Amino acid sequence: MQPGKGRSRGGGFWPPSGNGEREERRDEQAKECCTCTTPLTHQEEQAISDVIVARDLEKRFGDLIAVDHITFRVGEGEVFGFLGPNGAGKTTTMKMIQCVSPKTSGTLEVLGMDVDTRQREIKSRLGVVPQETNLDPDFSAYRNLLIYARYFGILKREAERRAEELLAFMQLEEKRDVVIDKLSGGMKRRLIIARALINAPELLILDEPTIGLDPQARHLIWEKLRNLRAEGNTLVLTTHYLDEAERLCDRLVIMDHGKILVEGAPADLIREHAGSDVVEVEQTPAVLVCLDGLGLDYDLADGAIQVFTNRPHDVARELLEVCRHEAVTVRPATLEDVFLRLTGRSLRE
Amino acid sequence: MIDITERVRSVWRRNWDAFLRTYRVNFIPPFVEPVLYLLALGFGLGTYIESIDGIPYPVFIAPALVSVSVMYSSFFECTYSSFVRMYYQKTFDAVIATPVSIDEVIAGEMLWGATRGMIYATLMLPVLLLFGVVAMPSSLLLIPFAYLAGLLFASIAMCFTAITPSIDALNYPAFLFITPMFLFSGTFFPLDLLPEPIQYFALAVLPLTHVVSINRAITLPAFAPANLLNLAWIAVATALFFVLAIRLMKRRLIV
Repeated sequence: MQPGKGRSRGGGFWPPSGNGEREERRDEQAKECCTCTTPLTHQEEQAISDVIVARDLEKRFGDLIAVDHITFRVGEGEVFGFLGPNGAGKTTTMKMIQCVSPKTSGTLEVLGMDVDTRQREIKSRLGVVPQETNLDPDFSAYRNLLIYARYFGILKREAERRAEELLAFMQLEEKRDVVIDKLSGGMKRRLIIARALINAPELLILDEPTIGLDPQARHLIWEKLRNLRAEGNTLVLTTHYLDEAERLCDRLVIMDHGKILVEGAPADLIREHAGSDVVEVEQTPAVLVCLDGLGLDYDLADGAIQVFTNRPHDVARELLEVCRHEAVTVRPATLEDVFLRLTGRSLRE
Repeated sequence: MIDITERVRSVWRRNWDAFLRTYRVNFIPPFVEPVLYLLALGFGLGTYIESIDGIPYPVFIAPALVSVSVMYSSFFECTYSSFVRMYYQKTFDAVIATPVSIDEVIAGEMLWGATRGMIYATLMLPVLLLFGVVAMPSSLLLIPFAYLAGLLFASIAMCFTAITPSIDALNYPAFLFITPMFLFSGTFFPLDLLPEPIQYFALAVLPLTHVVSINRAITLPAFAPANLLNLAWIAVATALFFVLAIRLMKRRLIV
């Protein structure tokens, strides 16, 4: 069991800060635990460690099948990613998990509860970072957090304390009284993450958390998400930034046309679907003939030839020596290679 | 079927907070409007009209001014303003990601629209008293009744908001429904001047007719048994449109 795993269940998210919050929460938990002294059966343990369980989950919009019978589990303390081109069904899946879009068929349980029947309970324990920035433009950063806290029924005193802490955690203290319009894109995203944490959620759902941000802003958000992860919190995110997924996710699925194509840890997926390295060489007729002669498999991409391999040096040497081609580069395979191999190179609208 | 708890208050409070932030500009219309109308129509045009059914003209139109103001403030709050919050600001999306249900979001908006109507009636009352065109203490009843009338107009407005394809299309109900009501609901001349079929039409489908009747009974004061029918019409229509608005909005927003 990872450190912090138990903690996130009872108390949920709380950004690090030197106050008594943690201790308080642990006490509460200790009390709770005293009431359940019987050891957990295997099944109960399973139910606790799975934060999301989806079986045969389907979502249709009329004739369009947006999510096509997918099955997945997200365990406690995991950072789980949904990758895929536009229209793959990622956001629709997020919306079903958030209980704002009803599923068509299949089963979906979040925090051990059915999404069809216990929406309020689920929502009260979730934090949601939507794709669209829907902060309230009529109010300042601080008031946005207070007003959002009210929707969760958090009392004013407590809400004020949390809002101040979250602004500090997200490095927005200086923007406390600034109206939303005057914030930069990165600040707005950070404020939305702060807002999503106001109810100390047990599961944080992020739909494209860093979309449209500059590298500095992205790195700051990644750092904060890693902090949250290190505390044993569960995060589910969608992205089509492959480097983001590779950096943040413990496990991920790649979706396309509403289906899950592959599932696994980023490193495993790369090894399985791309090999350790990629040897790239300019695409000329002579090289193509030579490669066929060597019996190597290759892909054509961006006007170049890519050979996915676990023995890059041998392949590079063969290309240099046998094919007498000089422009050969070797690089480690990335998740982007896996993604493009699985979902193809055609443009999605 | 309709899922409303006390969390509806948090939606109402958000709008109240936003209203207070810009209270200066929000407080102008209820003070200025009755003054302008009373001067232009009541005391200007009104000099040619000695009285209507024995009532001085400014006294005749005073309750209509309150009714119209309640109609405008509630109706426009739950059409244009709600549409902006729903469509442009995505406020509804943000709220339904919390334990607040979509029913509560829509209900909260409508209750707020009604509140706004009541605030306007409250602010207008001292102006009308100053002109000496409403009687006290019966006119204090304008305030609670403005809430009910406001809820009626807010609910009708929310139905339009739920089905409108764009913000521009909200001009249709504004011009084809609200403006005719402003003129033909017994506001500036008695309903019985109109041809009989139109009178029945007004009583059947123009909610403002009933609101003006009751407000006039309050400010004169001159209550009649027919006012109970007005009240019943308003109560039933409010309940129907309130529920319909939530249903239509759910159909629009929950996909």
